[in-house]
Amino acid sequence: MSTQVKFVQGNEACVEGALYAGLDFFAGYPITPSTEIAELLSRRLPMAGGKFIQMEDEIASMAAIIGASLTGHKVMTATSGPGFSLMQEALGYAVMAEIPCVITNVQRGGPSTGIPTHGSQGDVMQARWGTHGDHAIIALTASNHQDVFAMTIEAFNMAETYRTPVILLFDEIVGHMREKLEVPEPGEIPLVERLRTSVKGGVNYHPYLPREDGRLPMSDFGDVHRYNVTGLYHDMWGFPSSDPDVVHGLIRHLVDKIENRTNLLARYKEHHLEDAEIVMVSYGSAARSALHVVKNRRLRGERLGLLELQTLWPFPKDIVREKCANAEAVVVVELNMGQVMQEVKKAVDFPERVFLANRIDGVFITPMDIRKLLRLIQGKGV
Amino acid sequence: MSTHDYLRQRFFPHMWCPGCGHGTVLNSLLRAVEQLGMSKNEIVMASGIGCSSRISGYVDFHTLHTLHGRALAFATGVKLSKPELNVIVPMGDGDALAIGGNHFIHACRRNIDITAIVMNNRIYGMTGGQFSPMSGVGINATTAPFSNIDREFDVVKMATAAGATFVARSTTFHAQQATDLIKQAILHEGFSVVEILSQCPTHFGRKNKLGAAADMMQHYKDITVPIGSSKKKDNPDLIERGIFVQEEAPEYCREYDKIIEQAMKG
Amino acid sequence: MAKKKKLKQHHIDRDWCKGCGICVHFCPKNVLELDEMDKVFAARPEDCIACKLCEIRCPDLAIEIETEEGGS
Ligand code: SF4
Ligand code: SF4
Ligand code: SF4
Repeated sequence: MSTQVKFVQGNEACVEGALYAGLDFFAGYPITPSTEIAELLSRRLPMAGGKFIQMEDEIASMAAIIGASLTGHKVMTATSGPGFSLMQEALGYAVMAEIPCVITNVQRGGPSTGIPTHGSQGDVMQARWGTHGDHAIIALTASNHQDVFAMTIEAFNMAETYRTPVILLFDEIVGHMREKLEVPEPGEIPLVERLRTSVKGGVNYHPYLPREDGRLPMSDFGDVHRYNVTGLYHDMWGFPSSDPDVVHGLIRHLVDKIENRTNLLARYKEHHLEDAEIVMVSYGSAARSALHVVKNRRLRGERLGLLELQTLWPFPKDIVREKCANAEAVVVVELNMGQVMQEVKKAVDFPERVFLANRIDGVFITPMDIRKLLRLIQGKGV
Repeated sequence: MSTHDYLRQRFFPHMWCPGCGHGTVLNSLLRAVEQLGMSKNEIVMASGIGCSSRISGYVDFHTLHTLHGRALAFATGVKLSKPELNVIVPMGDGDALAIGGNHFIHACRRNIDITAIVMNNRIYGMTGGQFSPMSGVGINATTAPFSNIDREFDVVKMATAAGATFVARSTTFHAQQATDLIKQAILHEGFSVVEILSQCPTHFGRKNKLGAAADMMQHYKDITVPIGSSKKKDNPDLIERGIFVQEEAPEYCREYDKIIEQAMKG
Repeated sequence: MAKKKKLKQHHIDRDWCKGCGICVHFCPKNVLELDEMDKVFAARPEDCIACKLCEIRCPDLAIEIETEEGGS
């Protein structure tokens, strides 16, 4: 089988990526604008011997994929806005119990029911801090279908590597837009498989003891090792503990295993950053318009560049700082009230020269919207 | 194997109060597992949050101590993804029927082969004695200081209406029967619910002046009768014990296997 | 209990027993008592009929009846 070329929706690109990555268990609940993912997988998964289940709500969907991950499967759920809110409880559980799983959130306008059929990037902070308590999280995004495909595979690879939930933060615009997707041959993109313990039955296995390289080998439920999984603070066997040293050690481990690898986990694209006087920072659908502006201005000799972020969490602050270091101004382009802009401000040395080009009315940000802001920055009037 | 071989003995004595019925439920459950000759590796126990849910920490199975009310949803993922496992889900009454009520009825409806055990002590024990959906009218609880006006669920009726294909009830007094019902529930192919009335002497007993644990168990003897007993005609308030529903119906995982077969044919 | 078995010994785990008195209360032959430490002991083992009602109801799995045939 050679590379397949398809003309698909972004949501379908996500499905293709998940299947390529080895997804074999999906649980979900219908919600606009992510429903196509569930619909497609209800057909595609059993065709490949995998399993799909429609649960009673998003809480149950998240819970079910955690259960299926523990029996050794690659798992995913997909949702949007209100459903993502409902998932936060079990998402925290997956963080605490170190369960590999992927949660796709095709963002729509919120809060509450908001504007279901329109795009938004308003859940960036919810992805970071939606579940309670200190923790770290990985969240990835993409602006076109080839990248949706690639980032979905990355999400599965990172989930398996670090034993953690990974959030795919797409948006309605990319999710529903149609464009070309090339699905490479199996084997072309490397996949990370579940790391299973080599400890034999009858020998003490520690499900929560990291190896020297930081990875934690797993044992499937049903195999020879019996251990406990809990959302409580726990020791290396998985049994509850309130010993301050154990609690401290675990929270440090959960945060450090991700935050200490911020640069390693950073995925981004650079467009004309070498000599850029104005650097735009953008992601997801908004980055499409930003790129359009950059290309046009370059034709006119203006030194504009774009840093397109694909890893949103852990926030790649070193990379943002480095790429923006020589800029006169930084323009963050996003479909919210500045959720990533605040992070960019924290990352750079000159927060006063970080500007926001945004829309929060459910309408896709156009190159024209961005140009208006650029005129202001460049002192060309309104 | 003896029942003690199924325990994680290093955690004993357990955390439950003296006379807590949940310990007796654990006792009955282990006897069922032992009498069925099950191996420890073939059992997954998923539980939620509350006094009852601590049960999963004490048994030497694959154990999943989950979120309040959500144990059945986690268990559904375990079972569907690996149907050869035996999945047992003990829950408290608040856990199963208040916060977990929606998961409960949908698990019944799907008829997925999971054994649910509702350890019904009619109170939230771990948080200190608030009324639950099983407390019933007239009960005293920390959140019903003037006596409770909330009407209670009947677990058996609810599980039956929601489609569970095995539904039974017993009490901690009737430990022998409880073991027998759990055995049958585990063997049943489909979703099974066993309600076991279980005393919380610390909160429910004390607040409602029901005496010591043994008195509360004696009370279970007095207020229950086997299904179909003629005593119920004279005293309709008596609670029936035994198997209410035991029927064959398509089991979810098996049905899904057929879907896979069909899908793979293309 | 299919066939009658004869008592050999009560195994009582004093660390596990919480002295709830359930076994004492329901023993049909009044064999068991709580000591001054609130731990159960077999005060009149000769009366025991090995019915195991104590064993199956104990919430702390602290009492076991060993019978002559070696069954437990
Ligand atoms: S509070 Fe009640 S339910 Fe909880 S352990 Fe004590 S007696 Fe049992
Ligand atoms: S029932 Fe068990 S815990 Fe209670 S007194 Fe008897 S042996 Fe001790
Ligand atoms: S076996 Fe029966 S008679 Fe003997 S001590 Fe226990 S309850 Fe009493």
